[in-house]
Amino acid sequence: MLRKEVSSTDEYIKGLWRENPVFIQVLGLCAALAVSNTAINALTMGLATTFVLLMSGMSVSALRNFIPREARLVSFICIIASFVTAVDYVIQAISLELHRSLGAFIALIVVNCLILGRAEAFASKNSLGRSVLDGLGMGFGFTVALLAIGVVREILGSGSLFGISLFPDPFQTWTVMVLPSGGFLVTAVLLLLVNWAKNREVEAEKQSQEVAT
Amino acid sequence: MSDASHWSIFVNAALVNNFVLAYFLGLCPFFGISAKLETAARMGGAVSFVMLVASVCAYLINLLLDVVNAPYLKIISYILVIASTVQLVEMLMRKLSPTTFRAMGIFLPLITTNCAILGLALFQTNRGYGFTQAVTYALGAGAGFALALVLMAGVREKLDLGNVPDLVKGIAAAFIVAGILSLSFMGFGGLGR
Repeated sequence: MLRKEVSSTDEYIKGLWRENPVFIQVLGLCAALAVSNTAINALTMGLATTFVLLMSGMSVSALRNFIPREARLVSFICIIASFVTAVDYVIQAISLELHRSLGAFIALIVVNCLILGRAEAFASKNSLGRSVLDGLGMGFGFTVALLAIGVVREILGSGSLFGISLFPDPFQTWTVMVLPSGGFLVTAVLLLLVNWAKNREVEAEKQSQEVAT
Repeated sequence: MSDASHWSIFVNAALVNNFVLAYFLGLCPFFGISAKLETAARMGGAVSFVMLVASVCAYLINLLLDVVNAPYLKIISYILVIASTVQLVEMLMRKLSPTTFRAMGIFLPLITTNCAILGLALFQTNRGYGFTQAVTYALGAGAGFALALVLMAGVREKLDLGNVPDLVKGIAAAFIVAGILSLSFMGFGGLGR
C-alpha cells in the first residue's frame, strides 16, 4: 500500500478497530478491568478517559514546540494529572454515588498507559486538528471496549443492564463474573473473538490475492 | 487514623486483596514481563522498593498538603515523586546490575506509569493509615505483587512447552491463566481479620 496522505476519517476510525487500544494494543487494561463490573461504571470510566485523552492530546499538541525534549515526559504527566484532577472533582459533583463506586480508579487515569502513549507517540508529533481526531477515536474505541466487557459482566453477573433487571425472577447469577477473575476471563474470551476475526480477515485477503494472480 | 492491626493490613494487601489479582493494578508489567521467572522476580523486587519509597513520600506529602490546605495537588505531587523515585532506581540498577537492566528494557521506566504504585499511595491516604501502617501496607502490597508476578511467570514458562492452539497463544492464554489465579486467590478471603 502506497498511501502517503492519511485521510482524517481514517485517523478517527483506526482507534475503533484496527488499533483498538484495549483489544489490539492491550493498553490501559487496569482501568478496563477494574471498573467494568457494571455497564454504567464502564461507560463513566470510558467517557472520563476520553475527555482526558482529548484534552491532554490538544494541550500536548499545542505546546509541542515549547516543551524541551528532555523534560517532555514529566511535562506530559503534569498536563494529564491536571485534567484528571478536574475530572475527579466534576464526577464527584455530578454523582457522589458513582464517584464512590469508581473509588480511586478515576485518579488512576493518570497512569493509564494509553494516554501517555498517545501523547508521546501521536500528539507530540502532529497538528492540533489531527490530535483531536486521534484522541476522540482512541477514546471512543476505549469506551466501546470497556462497555463490551461491562455489558457482558453485568448481564451474566447480576442479570441486569444499566441497573434494569433483564430476566424473570429465578435467574441464577454467575457470581464469578462480578468477582475480579470474571474480568480476566471475559477479556480473554473477547480477545479470542478479536483474534479470530483478525485471522479471518488475513485469510480472506490472502485468498483474494491468490485469485488475482 | 485507621485502627486496623499491622498483621491484618499486611495479609490484606498481600493475599486477600492482592493488588494485581483483585484490584487489577499493575497489569502491564504483569503481562509484559512475566515470560521468564528470573526477570519476573527482579521486577517484583524493583516494584516493591519503589512502592516502599513512594508510600513514605506519599505520607509526608499528605501531611504537607494538609498544612497548606491544597488537596487538589495530591495527584500531581504523588506522580512527580514516583517519577523521580523510578529515575533513581533506574540509575542504581544500571550501575549495580547492567544485565538485569537490559533484560527489563522499557518496563523499568514504565514503573512510573504502573498503576499499582500510584494506587498504593492513594489507597493509603483514603484509608487514613498512620506512618507504620502505611509502611506495612506498602510491604504487603509489594510482596503480593512479586508473588503474583512469580506465580504467573512459573505458569507461563510451563505453558510455553505445552501444545497450545494458535488462536489462544500469547496474550489470551495469559488472561485465562490470570483469571484462574485470581479465582484461587479468592480462597484467601476472610483471612487476617
